[in-house]
Amino acid sequence: MAVPCLLLVLLLLCGAASPVEVQRPRGVPLSKRQFYEEDKPFTCLDGSLTVPFDRVNDDYCDCKDGSDEPGTAACPNGSFHCTNAGFRPAFIPSSRINDGICAVIRMEKEKARMSGVFLELDKDGDGFVTVNELLPHSELDPDADGTFTETEAQGLLGGVDKVDAASFESVWNNIKEKFHSESHTDTPAPEETYQEETKEPASDNDSELYPDDDIPEDDDDEEDPEDEDLDEGDYKVVPYSASPKLCFPPMQSFFKLLNEGKNKSVSRNLEKEISFDFGASAEFAYLYSQCYELHTGEYIYKLCPFNRVSQKPKYGGSETNLGTWGKWAGPEDNVYSVMKYEHGTGCWQGPNRSTTVKLTCGKETVVTSTSEPSRCEYLMEFTTPAVCQEPQNVGTTFQGHEEL
Amino acid sequence: PFANNLKMAPVLVLWLAMCLGATWAVDRGNFKTCDQSAFCKRQRALKPGDSPYRALLETMELTNTRLTLQLINDNNKVRLLLELYRLQGNITRVKINELKPLKPRYEVPDVLIRDPPTEPLSVLSQDESGVVLSLGVESQRVIVSVRPFRLDIMEGHDVLMSLNSRGLLAFEHLRMRKDTGAQYTLVVFDFQATKEEEEKAEEGMWEETFKSHSDSKPNGPSSISLDFSLPGVEHVYGIPEHADDLKLKTTDNGDPYRLFNLDVFQYELYNPMALYGAVPVMLAHNAQRTTGIFWLNAAETWVDISSNTAGKTVFGKMLDYVQGSSEIPQTDVRWISESGIIDVFIMLGPTPKHVFSQYASLTGTQSFPPLASLGYHQCRWNYNDQEDVRSVDAGFDEYDIPYDFIWLDIEHTDGKRYFTWDPHKFATPKEMLQGLMDKKRKMVAIVDPHIKIDSNYKIHNEIRSRGFYVKNKDGGDYEGWCWPGNAGYPDFTRADMRAWWASMFAYDQYEGSMENLYTWNDMNEPSVFNGPEVTMHKDAVHGDWENRDVHNLYGLYVQMATADGLVQRSGGVERPFVLTRAFFAGSQRYGAVWTGDNAAEWDHLKISIPMCLSLGLVGISFCGADVGGFFKSPTPELLVRWYQTGAYQPFFRAHAHLDTPRREPWLFGPENTALIREAVRQRYTFLPYWYQQFYHAYRTGEPVMRPLWVEYTQDPATFAVDDEFLIGQNLLVHPVTEEGARGVTAYLPGKEEVLLSGLTSTPSRSTTIPVFQRGGSIIPRKMRVRRSSSCMEHDPYTLYAALNARGVAEGELYIDDGHTFNYEKKEFIHRRLSFSNNVLSSVNLVPDSHFTTNSWIERIVLIGSSKPAKVTLKTADGNESQLEFDFDASMSVVTVRKPGMNAGADWTVTLQ
Repeated sequence: MAVPCLLLVLLLLCGAASPVEVQRPRGVPLSKRQFYEEDKPFTCLDGSLTVPFDRVNDDYCDCKDGSDEPGTAACPNGSFHCTNAGFRPAFIPSSRINDGICAVIRMEKEKARMSGVFLELDKDGDGFVTVNELLPHSELDPDADGTFTETEAQGLLGGVDKVDAASFESVWNNIKEKFHSESHTDTPAPEETYQEETKEPASDNDSELYPDDDIPEDDDDEEDPEDEDLDEGDYKVVPYSASPKLCFPPMQSFFKLLNEGKNKSVSRNLEKEISFDFGASAEFAYLYSQCYELHTGEYIYKLCPFNRVSQKPKYGGSETNLGTWGKWAGPEDNVYSVMKYEHGTGCWQGPNRSTTVKLTCGKETVVTSTSEPSRCEYLMEFTTPAVCQEPQNVGTTFQGHEEL
Repeated sequence: PFANNLKMAPVLVLWLAMCLGATWAVDRGNFKTCDQSAFCKRQRALKPGDSPYRALLETMELTNTRLTLQLINDNNKVRLLLELYRLQGNITRVKINELKPLKPRYEVPDVLIRDPPTEPLSVLSQDESGVVLSLGVESQRVIVSVRPFRLDIMEGHDVLMSLNSRGLLAFEHLRMRKDTGAQYTLVVFDFQATKEEEEKAEEGMWEETFKSHSDSKPNGPSSISLDFSLPGVEHVYGIPEHADDLKLKTTDNGDPYRLFNLDVFQYELYNPMALYGAVPVMLAHNAQRTTGIFWLNAAETWVDISSNTAGKTVFGKMLDYVQGSSEIPQTDVRWISESGIIDVFIMLGPTPKHVFSQYASLTGTQSFPPLASLGYHQCRWNYNDQEDVRSVDAGFDEYDIPYDFIWLDIEHTDGKRYFTWDPHKFATPKEMLQGLMDKKRKMVAIVDPHIKIDSNYKIHNEIRSRGFYVKNKDGGDYEGWCWPGNAGYPDFTRADMRAWWASMFAYDQYEGSMENLYTWNDMNEPSVFNGPEVTMHKDAVHGDWENRDVHNLYGLYVQMATADGLVQRSGGVERPFVLTRAFFAGSQRYGAVWTGDNAAEWDHLKISIPMCLSLGLVGISFCGADVGGFFKSPTPELLVRWYQTGAYQPFFRAHAHLDTPRREPWLFGPENTALIREAVRQRYTFLPYWYQQFYHAYRTGEPVMRPLWVEYTQDPATFAVDDEFLIGQNLLVHPVTEEGARGVTAYLPGKEEVLLSGLTSTPSRSTTIPVFQRGGSIIPRKMRVRRSSSCMEHDPYTLYAALNARGVAEGELYIDDGHTFNYEKKEFIHRRLSFSNNVLSSVNLVPDSHFTTNSWIERIVLIGSSKPAKVTLKTADGNESQLEFDFDASMSVVTVRKPGMNAGADWTVTLQ
């Protein structure tokens, strides 16, 4: 018999007990609570129909827009709002309700939570969590003696004064059990939620929620506790509800890098360089004349930015050109996020090889993965600090551009 | 593969170079015409005329079940033995073999599901010119004419079919080779020896070369031929696989239709060339009657069709009283096979459904597939690695498109060693499979029948050490080039080989496999890149027989053994799912087939309809074409139209060639993604109907996807329609297969009593799939589309009842666990839903069945109903309750809200 996993998860995610209760049907986000008033007829959110309130979540789709069934799978176009307590809230399609599959992937949540905490701790937004930034979190005191010392904080950081986001993962493992977010100090410790979520996904039996399918009243028992936690989740996640993009050293760091002479080629090839677009602040210039390798089971991939991408078999064989520098090819609002290398070695009976390089923000300059989604069209993931942007700077820069 | 990963052997490269060459069209030069196939050329040189065969009535023996009679060829005095059987279910079997062949001639085993049960034959009258036999029922008779020999099957005054009426019975008897001395040590019978001299040794009798390939032909000429005349018939169908119209064409001005399983690279449309599979079954239809001819022969076969409306055929004097005038249309068919015997089953209908049932009684019905396999399949050559699989899987969630199976082509293996995984790209297959299982999804991995010759490969070593490989003419293991390079071909004609192969699918043998991993058998014609016509040499040896004799059976055996393996690994509990490219009569018992390597062209989309219709007519219901087209890259419009078509064909799988750009459903912009999503979701809402249709096919042999004429047998306007089709009786689909189409003109058959209700509006926009529900039908659907079919298991049903002009509708609902063989133990729900006199009722069709479901009825939609005053539900315990409903006056649709009864219960809903 299947384990009622989804039920468990939904209850835990959305239904941890809380004394404060706001009446709201299952699956309704806080923002739409006012449309679901008990004892009043319910009008579909598209205005198409008004039905008695007991038609809400009664497992029959009355509204064309699906708004009468936010907590069941009855409407094909419905969606279920789940706060994913402690993490990003999400709407899941109603088709996932009671389908016997755990709704949320654990790893993504863990990462999202860790990123959120990093951002929260990194008060000055310099891309590092420091001893001083850690100190206010007395709940992390290792010996729980009431005093959280700098040495203890340093110990948690692995013996250093500050860690960046990449190194934060090991720190996170030390503190996640105890960490309390400042933004919701009154909530129960989130680790319980977290631990429950990490249980192995298992199958659910739909009938757990609807033991007698044609008697919707049975749902009520389960709905109540879930409703309670939805409220908390909604504000709890506000601080990092936006995309959890990590912030890394602001631009000046790169000029510093350049000034330090790390990139000797800059002066040597200055003339040639001028013809390249190294970004708005020449932040990509340091990549010029460099090459970055990725070793896979069979091949060594080499990305030489603004030059070429190549592939060489590990165990002998000649190198294949996967494309030479073509252009920046990101979307209009973020053109420097994608590089395109073109006109590589021709594929037999096919196109010339080409490579798309996706740039993501990271402290290290490194090729993280490579793949060939279509024949002879390669995709490379490349992290570099050069694409990291400080949010407020981005804002001003952009505005300035637009005004000009 | 990644660059430089094409570690292909030179021969393979050469082959590819030839085939990939400058044009996209098939290289016809790789494949034989009738003229290039020596036996076809010899046979076709024989023109209609007086047959040299004479029946020797004095040799006639009649037992209760069988008539035997010798035939003599008056030219060479070689005698044949005719056997005639009356089989149960209105089938007549005619066997003709040499009376005393030099060595046994091949008789096809393993295709018939049993020795067909016979019925008594009796002699009605006899004189020196012939014998009249009673066929028992409906005043049917067989007239055996003596000189020339011919058979006429009659019912009343009508000739249903005549055999050898054009004198094309030809039997190349086995003989000793004269020029190079005796090949046989057997004593040659006198009457044969004397006749040998009369026959000149023709070219190609003892050796034949095609391109650089030599066929040694140690048995010499051995071909057979027989003609059939079909008075009153203008429409014949079947004999797949050909990329051609549903209605077979006459072949007078070109090659005959060819049946010879071949891996045809970039096949061309609208011609009679052979393709991957062969089912030697032809159906003939006119408004009065449907009949069928099953030519049980697995050798290379050619079928000539001519239409003779001028009435050239001369009937014998015994038929003079027949009222036929010379203007009766007539179709003449001639079958030619390279070896074996004449063993033909004449299925006498009289309706299409009788013929399906008759053929099913011989070769079995469509296997009942797991429900999930009727969902959508996502395939590509190749999903590169586990991460690729994971991200494609996630894409379906992100874009909210359901799917049930993701497929892995050959690159998933460790160097094209089947039953293995690439250690880098698929290092942890069970993890990957578990990830899919967590979402109630499944995977198919390819297992081809060519085995890499590599002493470090377990499968190869076992096959070699057990002597299971097909042998070459000199007795060594036959070797050919295929994907892995040098490869051996297991002899699947051997039962012990098949048992061993099946055992390789056990979970402890097939490492990395799990219960949600299923199998795809490709290249099982077999494909041999460096063989003649890209297949096995005909003089390769399978036990006592040449590939010449068994060729078209090979693919059937591969799928049979594989399906057995999947059944056995579960201890006989779970239904298998195996897709095959090559097939033969009987392949329907083992799984699904697809139409092979098509192309992303509008004509290929079009041809998918007649190709699958033709397969359905000969028992193979589980048919599909690669959605999007395998070769080349579809425009978004073509891709969308293909999804819309594929969603209404039995096997629904997208597939793409390695060299094509990615084309997962969400890669063509939000609008196209939405259209594809809608098509796939429609498929899922109809899954209960599809499933019931497959149960019906399993029970009856009727095709799931069927031509209009099967249901509207007397409407000649339907006889050649192959741009639209029916799913079961109740859904009519006219896919849009024209580029830029703003509409289609669908022919809606049926007169007063059948009113077809459009499920959708006029198809002027790309959003609309022209699908119609038959007036008078009830179709159960599940409207809560989820991530996979398994996720929808317990969901409620909506019943769509389209009333006909008399206010009546009927349908069925079938439910079981969806994946085990427990339905054989009657663990299912099978109900008849009927609406008449304003009462909709659900009645158990199989009272001793037992199964319970959580699913309930959430909605009843009555199309074509007037507005009731009230709607009352009455359940089995006598309780009555009022139901709410909504009435749409513009469409005359009553929607009953949430009746709520269990789908397995007895109930009535009354409109007052």
